[in-house]
Amino acid sequence: MPEYISVEGLREDGRRANELRRVEANVGMFPHADGSAYFQQGDTKVVAIVNGPKQGVGKAGDAGKVVCDFEMAAFSTTQRRKPLRLDRKNAELGSKIASTFESAIMTDLYPRSQIEISVQVLQADGGVLAVAINAVTLALMDAGVAMTDFVCACTASVIDGTNVLDINHYEASAQGPELTIAVLPSSSTIVMAEMKSRVHGDLYAGLQDLAIVGGTTLLPLLKKAVHDRTRAMLPCLGPAA
Amino acid sequence: MDTTADDAGATAPDATTTTTTTTTTTTIVERPGMRIVCPGDVITEDQGYMRGHGTFIHDGRLLASVAGVVERVNKVISVRPVRTRYVGEIGDVVVGRIMQVGQRRWLVDTQSRLSSVLKLSSVNLPGGVLRRKSASDELTMRQVLAEGDLISAEVQAIFQEDGTLSLHTRSLRYGRLGPGMFMRVPSVLVRRSKNHFHTLPCGVAVVLGNNGYIWIGASMEEDTTQAREHDQHIITEETRRRMARVRNAISALAHRMLSIFDTTIIFTYDDSAHLEEKEMLHPEAIATITQRAYLLCTDQL
Repeated sequence: MPEYISVEGLREDGRRANELRRVEANVGMFPHADGSAYFQQGDTKVVAIVNGPKQGVGKAGDAGKVVCDFEMAAFSTTQRRKPLRLDRKNAELGSKIASTFESAIMTDLYPRSQIEISVQVLQADGGVLAVAINAVTLALMDAGVAMTDFVCACTASVIDGTNVLDINHYEASAQGPELTIAVLPSSSTIVMAEMKSRVHGDLYAGLQDLAIVGGTTLLPLLKKAVHDRTRAMLPCLGPAA
Repeated sequence: MDTTADDAGATAPDATTTTTTTTTTTTIVERPGMRIVCPGDVITEDQGYMRGHGTFIHDGRLLASVAGVVERVNKVISVRPVRTRYVGEIGDVVVGRIMQVGQRRWLVDTQSRLSSVLKLSSVNLPGGVLRRKSASDELTMRQVLAEGDLISAEVQAIFQEDGTLSLHTRSLRYGRLGPGMFMRVPSVLVRRSKNHFHTLPCGVAVVLGNNGYIWIGASMEEDTTQAREHDQHIITEETRRRMARVRNAISALAHRMLSIFDTTIIFTYDDSAHLEEKEMLHPEAIATITQRAYLLCTDQL
């Protein structure tokens, strides 16, 4: 049986149970999109693009709509997979992301409009949904879409009786319960929670707390990426009047 | 000698950190009092201020809802995002493309959140300003402006319920734009100024739409809306090259996210004289030709 946590309490990639993977963010690399971001957590790499808010189909008085197109690159997983034209799993993740952000975006400011998000996973090494949500948060902020808060997402799981944070693909193969949670960090409000399997009620509270802590730990990292991008854009405001 | 070597060693890590945000070694100077916020950041807990664009109130505190720069006008606090779709203001000059011909109105793409509207009653039809619009005018709208036509116009009104812009072309300055080049830049780059129609020293005409749409033409001759035959006149190669240079100058400015107005365009145009038009958009070339504009925009000139 493979060992997931060593006797010293270190995981296979050298992290402690409550540590996140290394994070890398790049905001606004596509000038032709309204907003774009690249986000990497460990070896999970995601690109998110935002177009809009633009003319939607609704009638006057309708609040803005968020739609999300989720795609995995053919080369993103260990097994090369031909992309399907209608992938149920991807469509479900897409609508999950869209409804997550509808609770953070101030949609009433964008009547009759549509905000189009598209997510492309370049490399999937566990926690794809969580990393995608973090990437979309950055892309939406790059697009200047009004939001009440960042949306930070993180996974948590139980391996060999220990709660572990932000699991990778190898640790997911331990078949433990995998919980993905998206929070609004300033109020610790949960806006999305997804559990891959059934879990004993006694375990759930600990898992949820750990995932929330993971999400709030991500906040300063995401904030720095947005702040740096904004700072780099300051010359666009022109000389002081 | 030793000291200079030490200095180089000491400044090196600093230089690398600045290059992550800008393409050259010049550091960004933040203007005094300029404050950058991200969504969810508390701007003030003071109850005495009013909520402007890009902010909201939660638990009695004023929070930012977009990433950008805090601005205050008397008691109103707002956050200006550095990149967003065009948010129109009455009186803005815009460049737009006709998307659809509808019932007594044209729908115009202006890079704003919703399509803008140009009403038949807001255009000057041939035959004088005071001519009454008749039913036959409604049937021949496509002869005045058809799908795909580019126009310059002014924002006449903003609909309260959803922010749709209503445009008008009731002035000789506005109307259908003739042959030329069209380009799109982020709308924040075009500053509001007294004049958006420029004839540059090189003779090229530009219309800098507040919405980030830009038209570059051979000259600023007024285009009466029915003069389609005039479109066929020939533009010399030299003029076309000058137009291409202006286009690439604007494109270079947009690449570095620098404010676009007549002075920065002229700076970049002049500083690119040693390059061919097609060489202007190499990354190193962009850094050199926009340097003067960069210094101007960051108040270092």
